[in-house]
Amino acid sequence: MKIELSPQQKQYHAEWRTFVDEAIVPFAQQFDREQRIPPQLIRALAQKKYLGATVPVDMGGLGVDAVAFGLLNEEIGRGCSSVRSLLTVHTMVSQAILRWGSQTQKEVWLPCLATGETIGAFALTEPNVGSDAKSVQTTAVPHGDTFIINGHKKWITYGQIADLFLLFAQSDGKLTAFLIERNTPGLTIEPICHMTGTRASMLAELHLNDCEVPRANIVGAVGFGFTAVASAALEWGRYSVASGCVGIGQACLEASLDYTSQRQQFGVYIKEHQLIQQMIADMATDLDAARLLCQRAGYLMNTQDPAATDAIFKAKYFASRMANRAANDAVQIHGANGCSETYPLERYRRDAKVMEIIEGSSQIQQVIIAKKAFCYAH
Amino acid sequence: MNAEIKTAIRQFLAGTFKNYELEDNEDIFALGFVNSLFAMQLVLFVEKNFNITVANEDLELDNFRTIEALTNLVARKQQPVAAAMD
Repeated sequence: MKIELSPQQKQYHAEWRTFVDEAIVPFAQQFDREQRIPPQLIRALAQKKYLGATVPVDMGGLGVDAVAFGLLNEEIGRGCSSVRSLLTVHTMVSQAILRWGSQTQKEVWLPCLATGETIGAFALTEPNVGSDAKSVQTTAVPHGDTFIINGHKKWITYGQIADLFLLFAQSDGKLTAFLIERNTPGLTIEPICHMTGTRASMLAELHLNDCEVPRANIVGAVGFGFTAVASAALEWGRYSVASGCVGIGQACLEASLDYTSQRQQFGVYIKEHQLIQQMIADMATDLDAARLLCQRAGYLMNTQDPAATDAIFKAKYFASRMANRAANDAVQIHGANGCSETYPLERYRRDAKVMEIIEGSSQIQQVIIAKKAFCYAH
Repeated sequence: MNAEIKTAIRQFLAGTFKNYELEDNEDIFALGFVNSLFAMQLVLFVEKNFNITVANEDLELDNFRTIEALTNLVARKQQPVAAAMD
């Protein structure tokens, strides 16, 4: 057994860390305040091919493996969870097409998604449908060579700017995935603002009023929207979020190490106080555990192991809870400064909370992980 | 050839269908032991184990419903490769 990044993965990691320190960390508070990611940063992410990280090289992407993709999400998540959210939803669309798209869909969309010319978003959630994702109420009625789609999607990350939606609708009671372009007549997009965390993720509501979509825009097959398409996309989404949580944990740890080495109380640096050390120890240990779970999940994804599904659930469940513990303690360590927007800690704490809700709430992960554990019980 | 495929699929499913003797033609979805996540694991398993690619045109529930159906799917997907090797 060997737990070590390859030289290529290490090189990528170093490059990504530098990019995040220069292009994201200094501006993340501003993104949060303004509730948007500036177009020039999205262009920079696109130019670096980060938006096409997992798309094969011959289709214009970077073609990195899952472990490296995790590192990219970790680094971007360390800087700004809202930026990481873009990578998440965009990659979910690319991966769904890569995995289950038709040849034409792959040829048309993957090169544009890889270069960031087209921004993708994942449109599953509705006002009345969250965890019970299979109960989507949006409908798709066959009409010759097209489908007529009606419904309402909500909390769609980057819906404000996405050009292409991977959208889920019931066709005669069968959940089906469609590719829907932003300019489709009948589609109206309404921004959602003032969220608790990942405030710059440019959320939107989508209203679909008799949107006519070609049959050729079905991804996978009628009735396989959840089983195949959403499942494949959500695996990458969960893995991306889990890795982003490791980034939040890393940011909390680094900020806490720095702060406790500079601030003095009772005549000594506060790192000398054992109750501070306890929080640092828990943070550091938790972080290692979450990172290892993520890297193991990435390894299993790379080797196409069926056990990857379970490993991703565990990684996301643990890492999102770890990020919350780390952010809570980091705020505690920073005291009043931690509660102020002059420090990023309160943002980490708000962002961490969102991580326990998106891409499967902690409770949904618990149910799935427990079922699997019983399945393997002797 | 098909017997080997069948045995491998049966072994994989045994991990989920503990203490249950699964018949070749038994509908694994109707039994209620598996969910949609398991369907994806099944896809990954047959792809990796038999070096095939399950594509969007193979997305028919009937291809995954029974050990027999899965065996036929794998055998069918392997055919062009076997022919190319002749």
